[in-house]
Order: sequence, then structure tokens, then C-alpha cells
Amino acid sequence: MPDAVATPNRWTGTPPNGWQVLRRNRVAVLCFWYLVVVALAAIVVPVFLPAEVKMVSESSYVPPSWCEGGISRHLLGTDVNGQDLFYRLLTGARVSLGVGLVAALVSLVIGGTYGMISGYAGGRVDGGMMRLVDILNSVPSLLFVMIFIAAFDGYFTDALDGLRLWGQREHWGWVEAWAGAMIPYKRIFLLVLSLGFIQWLTMARIVRGQVLVLKELAFVTASRAMGQKGWSIIWKHLWPNLSTIVLTYLTLTIPAVIRDESFLSFLGLGIEDPAASWGSLLKDGAQVINPLDSKWWLLAFPAGLMSTSLLALNFLGDGLRDAFDPRSSD
Amino acid sequence: MFAFILRRFLSSLVVLGFVVSLTFLLSISQKGGPFEREKLTAAAKAEREKNAELDGPKWWQLQRYVKRLLRGDLNVSLRYQNLSVAEVLGQKLPNSLILGGSAFVIAAVGGVAMGFVAAMRKDSGLDVASMFVALAAISIPSFITGPLFVALFGLKLGWLPIGGFGTIPQLIMPSICLALPFLAYVARLTRNSLLDVKSQNYMRTAKAKGLDDATALARHAMKVAILPVITYMGPMAAYVLTGSFVVESVFNISGLGMVFVNAIQNTDPFLLTGAVVVYSALLVFFNFVVDVLYTFLDKRIQLHA
Repeated sequence: MPDAVATPNRWTGTPPNGWQVLRRNRVAVLCFWYLVVVALAAIVVPVFLPAEVKMVSESSYVPPSWCEGGISRHLLGTDVNGQDLFYRLLTGARVSLGVGLVAALVSLVIGGTYGMISGYAGGRVDGGMMRLVDILNSVPSLLFVMIFIAAFDGYFTDALDGLRLWGQREHWGWVEAWAGAMIPYKRIFLLVLSLGFIQWLTMARIVRGQVLVLKELAFVTASRAMGQKGWSIIWKHLWPNLSTIVLTYLTLTIPAVIRDESFLSFLGLGIEDPAASWGSLLKDGAQVINPLDSKWWLLAFPAGLMSTSLLALNFLGDGLRDAFDPRSSD
Repeated sequence: MFAFILRRFLSSLVVLGFVVSLTFLLSISQKGGPFEREKLTAAAKAEREKNAELDGPKWWQLQRYVKRLLRGDLNVSLRYQNLSVAEVLGQKLPNSLILGGSAFVIAAVGGVAMGFVAAMRKDSGLDVASMFVALAAISIPSFITGPLFVALFGLKLGWLPIGGFGTIPQLIMPSICLALPFLAYVARLTRNSLLDVKSQNYMRTAKAKGLDDATALARHAMKVAILPVITYMGPMAAYVLTGSFVVESVFNISGLGMVFVNAIQNTDPFLLTGAVVVYSALLVFFNFVVDVLYTFLDKRIQLHA
């Protein structure tokens, strides 16, 4: 057994897998836990806040509680309508993170399918499909999202209202209540759909590149030789090998979607009052900057929470990419 | 070469036509049409729609609009009284071009320089720090940096003017604000691409000839490493364009972005489509230039006409 005598300079351990690489990346781990804390706080804390904090009140522009003139009830102060900023930040985080996650999943479905088909088909089909991606990449797609939302906002409100009335007529209380409660949040649906629809390009390119490599490997040829059909090869053999890289780019899509959503809300074309998102809070904060009487908390806290969360998401995504896609460089 | 350029040009025209038609159709399909908010009687509304050529089936409206467009007529704005779309856009376009152009130059030049320095001093403190800052700048969008810049440099420190547009000091803050994320992205792209090239054999040859690091990188590596950066210029132009919406709104610059946003909010279909025509024409032209430039720079590319 000549192999038993290992030469001292030969490394005999198993090569590190991606998760181990990731766990050793301190920054990425820290960012992960930060995001968990923010997400949990956004989901849990508003439930336990007293009801009077959640409502519009007389006390507008109250500074944070530790500043002069602050009230202990409003931890981070209040805005023009006397709404508690802490509460608004957390519900805004719900909206922003939720829209980011769901729209990223929408983009995954579209981009994953597109890239898989393009890569697996190869040849002319692939060339054409990728040329389309290139073209779409140079179109300012956010313009279309804005026009799309403006065009379908009215119809969508009508649809929800119709659903509410239908629930009322049929005595389906929960349908009526749900549709009625959803009307202020209607733009969220449109945002999720349209942002998911414009964010799939990177995902398609990545998946296609991986499929191009994977489909030439021996195990794919073997399963084809054993008579497996294209779809089942894609599903059983290609997809599992793609999952980590897809997770990586999913993580990087979320901050991109959050940024777009906040961009639209900042311009007044996204989330509207009474619903809030980080973008709409920033818009409120930016409107009250003036040299004389600074309402700094309305700008500082949303900006702080949003930029740290986006940073954390990007650092985590970068860490995932280093771990699972080491050859790629940006 | 000529056939390639012609083909690209034609496909650009197809994209342009598609973008314009889609925009127009979307902008006239708002519920109740563009005159809904004016609370007119049915007869008055029909009259106004007829005057504005917005009556009849949507395809027909589009057809009439495209016919006007082919004659070079962008029609009139429904909200700016007595102004044609061409006049409104003509007033605002220069501001946007100055802002976008300067941001673009800052991002491209600054980004390549930063990436070059980082690649030269790989793994040094400078490299790590600049790449950390770059990732931060990519993550934080201009609608956060914008108001913060205004509050800090404009109001607190009073270094730069916060309003107005036209002079160089007034241009500094908005264009840096707009350029920052792209500068950071270009820096990362340049650094990584330079590092890839650095390990090539011909780089070792260049060093063996006795070139120092900086010269070798600048003369030999840069020629190849700049290619991904140039590819990114096309999409970057599109992003700078939309990014300028927020910057225009934060710094109160009366540019094309504000026209666009207002046209959406006021349901002004001709103005909206006119703005999109200008935007897409600019972008198509720019992408076309990038494509041609790319094929000139990269000798490995064979043109399949």
C-alpha cells in the first residue's frame, strides 16, 4: 500500500466546502446576524407596541426621547402627522425587506427558467436569447416600472375594491376585510411584480453560464445515455448543482430591489401613506431639511437603518459569492 | 465592418420603435384616460380627447402618434399650456446632459484610477480600505447620500451651495452624488479585471524586460483590462440617467428627470413619451458607440456581419 505513506507536504483533508469558507468570513457572518435581528425586530416588535403609539397624534415633530423636548413614549421622535418614527421604521422595514425578498424570488423564477432554457438549448437559441438580455440590459427599465405602475394603479384599486364588494355581497367577511385592508398597500403588489420582472437579467446570465458548463459534464451525458429526458435532467441534475450560486445572486438581488423600491417611493411613485417604506420615510425626512430648524432624526434614522441593511446584504452576498463562485470577479 | 455597423444600427432602430410604442400605449391606458382628473362632462371630455388625437381605439392613437413622430413632431404637452413637447424638452435637456455627463466622466475616470491604484497595491491597507469604501458606496443609493450631503456640506458646514444650477460649485455636489455608486462599481471592476490580467504570461515578460509595476500595468494590462469596464459603460449610461431623477429632485434641478416624473403624475402622455424618445435615443446612440468602440479595442473580436 504505497498510498498509506503520505508525503508530508501533501494535504490529505477534504477540500473546504462553501459553507465552511462562508463561516470563516467574519464580516459576512456578522452581516447575516445583523439582518436576522433587523428582520425579526420588524416582524415581532410592532406587535408589542402599545396601540396609541401606532396612531396619528397631535404631537408632531417630537424629537427623540433622549433629546431636549423628547417624550419617552416616542423613542425616535415623531413626524409631521405625529406618527411614531420607531414604529414607522419597523413597518417600513417589513415592507422594504418583504418587497425585496418576494421580488427577488419572482426574478429567480423568471431568470432561472430563462437562463436554464438558454444554456441547455445552446446554439442559435442561446445566442438569440442572450442578445435579448443584452438589449434589455441597456434599456432604462425603471422608467417602464414607473409608467407601468401609473398605468395600472387605477385598475388594480378597482379590482381590489370589486373583490371587497363581492365579499360583502356573498357574506364572506374575511374576503371583504382582507381586500379592504389591502387597498392602502395595493402598490406593493404592483411593485413586487414589476421589480421582479426587471431584475431577472443577471440571474439569467449566471444560470445560463453555469448550465453551459454543467451540461457538458460526464454525469449529464451518462443520464442522457440512460434515457432521461431534458426536463428531468434539468430538474434532477442541473438544478441541485446550481442552488448555491442561485442563493448567492438571490442575496445580491434583494438589495437591488430594495434600492429600486425606495427610489420609486422617494419620488412618490411607490409606497404611499399610510403605508411606509424606507424610501417614503427618507422622502419625508428629505423634505424637512432646512437650515433653521433641523428635524435631523427624520433623515438620520431611516438613512442609517436603510444603508446598514443594504450594506449588510451586499457584504453577505459578496461573502456568499467568494464562497460559492470563487472564479467570478464582479 | 460597414455591414456590422448597419446591422447594429437597424436593430437599435427596432428597439427604439418598440420602446416608444410600449411607452405610448402604457401612458394612454390609464384608467379613464388622461383627462379623467379634470372632472369634465362626457361631451367636453370627448371633445378634448378628439382635439388631442386621443380618441378611438388605442392602436389608432398609436398609429397617429407614430406618424407624427416620423415627421419629427412630438406633439403638444397637455399640461404645459401652449408649449410643444419639443420646446419643454429643449429647455430641460441641457441641464440633464450637463449633470449626467459630468457624473459619467467622474465615475469613469475616478473609478478607473481608483481601481488601478488598488490593483497596484493589492492586499495593502489602501486596497482593502478602498474596496470597502467602494462596496459601501455601491450599497448606499443617491437618495440617501443626496439629502445627507445637503445637510452636511450645504447646511452644516456651508461649503457648497445647495440650490440652483449652472455654476461649477453648484454642479459639484449633485454630480458627485450621482457618480458615487458608479464610480465605486467601475473601481471594483477595474481592480478585479487588472488582477486577472496581471497573472498572464505576457505580463511576466513585460516585467522581465525591466518595466516597473505601474508602467507594466498601465501600458500592457490596461489595454485588456479596460474591456469589461467599457462593456459596463452602456448599462451605466442607463443607470446614470434614471439615477439623475432622484438627484434632480433632491437638488431642485429643473431637468428632464423632473419632467418625466411630473408627466407621469399629471398624466401627460405626449410629454412622457417624448421624454422617453429622447432618453432611448440617447441610450441607443451611446450603446452603439460603445459597441463600435469595443470592436476597435478588442482585436480578438471578429465581426460577424
